[in-house]
Amino acid sequence: MHNFDFVKPSSVADAVRAMSAEGAQALSGGQTLLPTMKQRLAAPAVLVSLTGIADTRGVCLDNGALSVGGATTHAVVASEARRYYPALADLAGGIGDPAVRSRGTIGGSLANNDPSACYPAAVLASGATILTDRRRIAADDFFQGMFSTALHDGEIITGVLFPIPEKAAYVKFNQPASRFALTGVFVAKYGSGVRVAVTGASTDGVFRWTEAERALSASFTPAAIAGLSLPSDGMIADLHGSAAYRANLAKVLTGRGVASAH
Amino acid sequence: MTNVTMTVNGKAVTGDVEGRTLLSSFLREGLGLTGTHVGCDTSQCGACVVHVDGRPVKSCTVFALDVAGASVKTIEGMANADGSLGVIQQAFQDHHGLQCGFCTPGMVMSAAALLADNPKPTEAEVRHYLEGNICRCTGYHNIVKAVLAASGQDVAAVAAE
Repeated sequence: MHNFDFVKPSSVADAVRAMSAEGAQALSGGQTLLPTMKQRLAAPAVLVSLTGIADTRGVCLDNGALSVGGATTHAVVASEARRYYPALADLAGGIGDPAVRSRGTIGGSLANNDPSACYPAAVLASGATILTDRRRIAADDFFQGMFSTALHDGEIITGVLFPIPEKAAYVKFNQPASRFALTGVFVAKYGSGVRVAVTGASTDGVFRWTEAERALSASFTPAAIAGLSLPSDGMIADLHGSAAYRANLAKVLTGRGVASAH
Repeated sequence: MTNVTMTVNGKAVTGDVEGRTLLSSFLREGLGLTGTHVGCDTSQCGACVVHVDGRPVKSCTVFALDVAGASVKTIEGMANADGSLGVIQQAFQDHHGLQCGFCTPGMVMSAAALLADNPKPTEAEVRHYLEGNICRCTGYHNIVKAVLAASGQDVAAVAAE
């Protein structure tokens, strides 16, 4: 990998200043960025580690919503979010493997917006709010296509606020080699209605299946979506599964999510 | 080059590294602790797992400078003070939990992390926890058996010898 200057600020303000350098790149857990740099697909001039900022780590309740710091690892969410939002803890505890979960962070996952990552599904299905060093971004506005988000250059995710649903579930069909989702569906039932987010399916990245949301808001049962189908246009197709396979899988997983929501 | 200091296996260590120096490189080339193996160098295989502040991490996917000041434990820190094998290491020997031995340091470190969190895991929990550690020789049965034995559980009925 190409060399770079490494800096590790201890406050968000210092990190934002460091990110204004030419060729600066934020580093959170690095579980995607390091492999990418090893392949020389990324070659930042300055790497700004965000893991030294104490007030962007941890999980707590904030006015009835679950607040997760941007640099909180998957392992911490898996253990500490369980009593507030068990489906979110389930999701975090199923990312990668234990060693990856020790390092990888929610902020890093969201900023990267891999089309097969797990966290974007939870954030979108929860109607969560992404907090940055300068503003609040609604989940519906945040995800803007594969590896693309509403973040500006140098903008840092400091936290995520999750409204806590009555019931929810994340169902992930594992891609056992990468440990990403081949396809994954997050279903969340709120008093205001049901939200369904699908990852690992569309070439545009995570998306809401609004037709299923309407049906499930009327009747939160697997039978409510039995007559629906997702079009395979624009679905990811690779050697692991065709576009039609993923479209069908997303429907199957949605039904399983409704059945197992807790 | 930047000077980095951390604690490795209970001893304060220091060395000069580049920004891009991986923790695995610092341990192996900087400190001569070659027990930590680099298998794939792409964070798939788990041979390079060490503990950083008590948590398992893939040392090939962490920069040395990012864990400055941390407490690191490697396979060299797993033996008893008198040099005899630690409980998990001994269980791997007793139950033939290795063949070529390349993945073994990572397996032992992941197993130690599991048992610290979950002192009496089920066979299914052991298999699930070790999914980030790949072994191309054993077929995993004896590794799982060794980890269960190290937890003090009866393994007479577990998997195949």
